[in-house]
Amino acid sequence: MSSADGAGADRGDAANVVGRAIVAGHGDFALGVVSAVAQITGRGEVFIPVSNRGLGADDIERMLREQIAASGARVIFTDLPAGSCTIAARRVQRDRPEVVVVTGANLATLLDFVFHAEQPAGEAATHAADKGRAALTVLGAPGAR
Amino acid sequence: MPVELYRIDDRLIHGQVVVGWGQPLDLRFIVLVDDEVASSDWEQELYRMGVPPEMDVYFESVESAVRRHAEFAQDGRPGLMLTGDIETMRRLVDGVDAIKRVNLGGVHHRAGRVQRLRYVFLTADEERALRALSARGVSVTAQDVPAARPVPLDDILTGKGDP
Repeated sequence: MSSADGAGADRGDAANVVGRAIVAGHGDFALGVVSAVAQITGRGEVFIPVSNRGLGADDIERMLREQIAASGARVIFTDLPAGSCTIAARRVQRDRPEVVVVTGANLATLLDFVFHAEQPAGEAATHAADKGRAALTVLGAPGAR
Repeated sequence: MPVELYRIDDRLIHGQVVVGWGQPLDLRFIVLVDDEVASSDWEQELYRMGVPPEMDVYFESVESAVRRHAEFAQDGRPGLMLTGDIETMRRLVDGVDAIKRVNLGGVHHRAGRVQRLRYVFLTADEERALRALSARGVSVTAQDVPAARPVPLDDILTGKGDP
């Protein structure tokens, strides 16, 4: 998986998208969460889903670099802070300092980014991360916040 | 408490290690044995970033890992020693008689390697190295996550590993 195939039937014209971003994670995380974005907003084409399944560290890094080169993406969302996609994204950042990495991304994160993708990458990513953080709530547990 | 797991994984510290094994084994420290990482502050910061605060990470060269192994084995907390390739693990085993079990957790595709399991690809030299480890009494099994069945070396090399 290395393209926005997960965007499904709601896919728009990617050429019209101002800012694109990569979503990289374990298994079908990226495909699944991008399909959810597409279902909710019809703008799944903003994201390029990437899976680390079956890939070594070098392969993941190479895939991220290829997708950045092909799409012009300036933001990489990853699932786990300790994950191999995050490690690979940080390696990319070393010689591509304009790339912003957001770890621990969830659906709320990506939904927010979709509507701010035209902003500078750092601002859009920070705003999206704040939204994702705020979306985590516990309901029904005593003392939960 | 002996080191819980000696693992070969070319992704080094990542989700399967920190969460997949870290949670069920209640890992409190990881020893990353890699000469390159041990000599690079940038690499160390990269891997340290992903580890939860309750887990310590030690970056060692093969030489220093051999020297400090008894210290890690007597730590009292559950720990894992990790190398990125088979050759580094072989060198570690060469220097530490106490290592009797090695876990193949991820050796991914690269030119010259042949697929043996979904997550294990080996060159002929790597196969020989694993056989040599086995011949000296080290149990070599492949197991990416704790819930998976450990696959013995013979099954890995004869293609009987994946269902």
